[in-house]
Amino acid sequence: MNIVVCMKQTFDTEAKIALDANGKINKQGVSLIMNPYCEFAVEEALRIKEKHGGEVTVVSVGGPEAQDALRQALAMGADKAVLVDPGMEEVDEFTTATILAKAISGLQYDIVLGGFRAIDDGSAQVAGRVAEILGLPVVNVVTKLEIADGKATATKEIEGGSQVLEVALPAVFTAQKGLNEPRYPSMKGIMQAKKKPMEKKTLADLGLDAGQVAPKVKALSYFLPSARAAGKIIPGEPADAARDLVKALREEAKVI
Amino acid sequence: MAKGIWVFVEQRDGKIKKVTYELLSAGRKIADSLGEELCAVLPGKGVAGLAPGLGEYGADKVFVLESDALEKYTTDGYANALAGLAKEKEPSAILMGCTVTGRDLAAQVAQKLGTGLMTDCTDMALEDGQLVFTRPIYAGKAFVKASCPEARPVMATIRPNVLSIEGTQAGRPAEVVAVDTATGDIRQAIKDIVLQISTRPELTEADIIVSGGRGMKGPENFKILEDLADVLGAAVGASRAAVDAGWKPHSFQVGQTGKTVSPVVYIACGISGAIQHLAGMSSSKCIVAVNKDPEANIFKVADYGIVGDLFEVVPIMTEEFKKLLAG
Ligand SMILES: Cc1cc2nc3c(=O)[nH]c(=O)nc-3n(C[C@H](O)[C@H](O)[C@H](O)COP(=O)(O)OP(=O)(O)OC[C@H]3O[C@@H](n4cnc5c(N)ncnc54)[C@H](O)[C@@H]3O)c2cc1C
Repeated sequence: MNIVVCMKQTFDTEAKIALDANGKINKQGVSLIMNPYCEFAVEEALRIKEKHGGEVTVVSVGGPEAQDALRQALAMGADKAVLVDPGMEEVDEFTTATILAKAISGLQYDIVLGGFRAIDDGSAQVAGRVAEILGLPVVNVVTKLEIADGKATATKEIEGGSQVLEVALPAVFTAQKGLNEPRYPSMKGIMQAKKKPMEKKTLADLGLDAGQVAPKVKALSYFLPSARAAGKIIPGEPADAARDLVKALREEAKVI
Repeated sequence: MAKGIWVFVEQRDGKIKKVTYELLSAGRKIADSLGEELCAVLPGKGVAGLAPGLGEYGADKVFVLESDALEKYTTDGYANALAGLAKEKEPSAILMGCTVTGRDLAAQVAQKLGTGLMTDCTDMALEDGQLVFTRPIYAGKAFVKASCPEARPVMATIRPNVLSIEGTQAGRPAEVVAVDTATGDIRQAIKDIVLQISTRPELTEADIIVSGGRGMKGPENFKILEDLADVLGAAVGASRAAVDAGWKPHSFQVGQTGKTVSPVVYIACGISGAIQHLAGMSSSKCIVAVNKDPEANIFKVADYGIVGDLFEVVPIMTEEFKKLLAG
């Protein structure tokens, strides 16, 4: 069972976001992590491999700094990594998906996994697009995945409940929280990761040119939300405070 | 030339999601400014009866895609049906709600049509004749305004509860067009659907949310919040600490790795206000916090706060709301 995991490096969830002199998101000095949803995907890949054998390849589109996140996946137990640096200033989900699909098409795979969304742009569409390009079925927001007889049984989250779907492999799945509890890399894993293959590719290496991956969506401007002003603390004993609060919500805020 | 603003009508078992009406209402204004038609696209089985009512919310035309294969939502079935129709009619824009279904569907349709997609948007506007969408990034710590300058249709999913329903006209007619539907090969076979029976609204669509954190101390105490929620017709949410403790399923989690919500009122009980939690709820119109720690971060964003023991305060709030709403 060969598994490819699409993975993204993102800002840490603790990161404070600021704009740079050009009005773009300031990336200086921000600590970077593996997108938490991708961690679930890597973990699931490793569990499938442990049960069914095979190889786990992690693939990412990004700059050289994304090697850290790929190394983390290798330290968790993935076998090899592929990093494609698009060398472009602006990319969108179409760009990323086109590149990932091209990189994956050159690999052996039965299962493609990814996080259902990234915590930075939150767009939740790259894996679905990859599936479409590769002609594979996709099941998103998966909280349970079982593999048997060339088929997968996936439980996905739907509004107000869950749904169990069966698909024939190869197929694409995106991980939701709850799928598993990702492991921490062991000391041994971290040492071994240093020797595992990390292929670095450019668009040309994949036979793509910039025109084929040109973004469809254009970012026009960035802005920060206006800070919420702290409101008022309602004083008094619990009974008085609760009564005053209810009154304020009705008469002052007019929201109830 | 591409023409027509489309809105995907999301329904489950014949019940249309509110976000559909929000999109139609906002889409109406855009369509008027551009001098284009506003079309609702309604896939399903036995759904034709829902079509005429969409005129009231602004639809000029309703494409009804009836098929046995569309009775339940499947990624392939719906994406094939919708993309097929879009290839034929060439709309200039397709809008969907950013729901579990809308998110799933939009990505497939966008790639089938080779176009751009802006997801989870909180606003849309016309700027120089171009549709511009505002979307939160970094879980709402920043926003980006974006457009899709060349590829058509422009596609976007828009968060429930951010666009208002205005200018509905009772009895306004819509032309209903039944279309032949090609659902193609559906590779996701539904084996089971488990729905939690809840009388409360969906978290992402609720006008009021009562949320509990580690301060709830145990799963049994969420009853206090549920009592308050039921008086207010509210949904119940939770912080990650409460979810990780196993007190509530992950579907209740609000925050950067949970749901993003923008209700009219968000009542946070026993929640400290970690940055990852705030990311999911700071766009709420009015935030109320009950916390025994006066230094809790949640008070920095709360419009109203009570420093006190939630086990004392919340039940009294419930009684007070009951009185108010009965009166
Ligand atoms: C990658 C990552 C992603 C994350 N994603 C999320 C997310 O999506 N959502 C999320 O919520 N968190 C998320 N977190 C976790 C977040 O950092 C906090 O740990 C979490 O939000 C804390 O939950 P809490 O406020 O319920 O608990 P605590 O921080 O422990 O706060 C409990 C609060 O309850 C108060 N309290 C206790 N008893 C009472 C009482 N009797 N009456 C009144 N008040 C009382 C305390 O004063 C305290 O302020 C994430 C963290 C990471 C690292």
